[in-house]
Amino acid sequence: MNETIGAFLALGGSVFLMLASIGMLRMPDYYNRMQTGTKATTLGSILFLVGVGVMRPEWLGKMLLLVGFVVLTNPVSSHALARAAHNARERLDKVGKTVLAVDALADAEAAEAAAAAAGTAPAAGNGEASHA
Amino acid sequence: MADTVLLVASGIALAALVLAGLRMVLGPTAVDRTVALDGMTIMALSLIAAYAYFTGRGIYIDVAMVYGLASFAGVVAIARYLEGGLK
Repeated sequence: MNETIGAFLALGGSVFLMLASIGMLRMPDYYNRMQTGTKATTLGSILFLVGVGVMRPEWLGKMLLLVGFVVLTNPVSSHALARAAHNARERLDKVGKTVLAVDALADAEAAEAAAAAAGTAPAAGNGEASHA
Repeated sequence: MADTVLLVASGIALAALVLAGLRMVLGPTAVDRTVALDGMTIMALSLIAAYAYFTGRGIYIDVAMVYGLASFAGVVAIARYLEGGLK
């Protein structure tokens, strides 16, 4: 009974892994591929590993450790990759064009740069004024 | 019964690994290839767990753990490289 439940959990996990692969093949640009390629593989590997852990209860502790590791590291690597892709988008868009309707990070960085420019210029002016 | 279902699940995961490998070969940008590599390592981790069940040797789970650690470090290193070095 235990083994059957675990095997079907693993089957569900493998279906999610398959969906992730199909999404990675069919999605139009690299942000979408990142989305489908990391979220779905996280859930798929959780189900697969817990399924194998249920089949062999003496390995369940190690499997849960492995699941916790996947849950902690997969979003971090996804985030690092997304950040890298956004920073290198001028270079990457020569190969695979991506048009973002809303680019909140670029807007925030532009606003920050504008604020920094506006903040330093009057400060320098004040410094000049106090010297004079 | 259970062994057959797990074997089918491993087959589906292996097919998913091959499809992700196709994206890694096709992928127009380096980010696509790195995302595909990340997905492939996660799928391979699941397959190592299934292999540990079929052989009945628990040591392969430790192998999967070290494999996951190394792949995480590799993907983050590639991401930092794509970003254009430390800022």
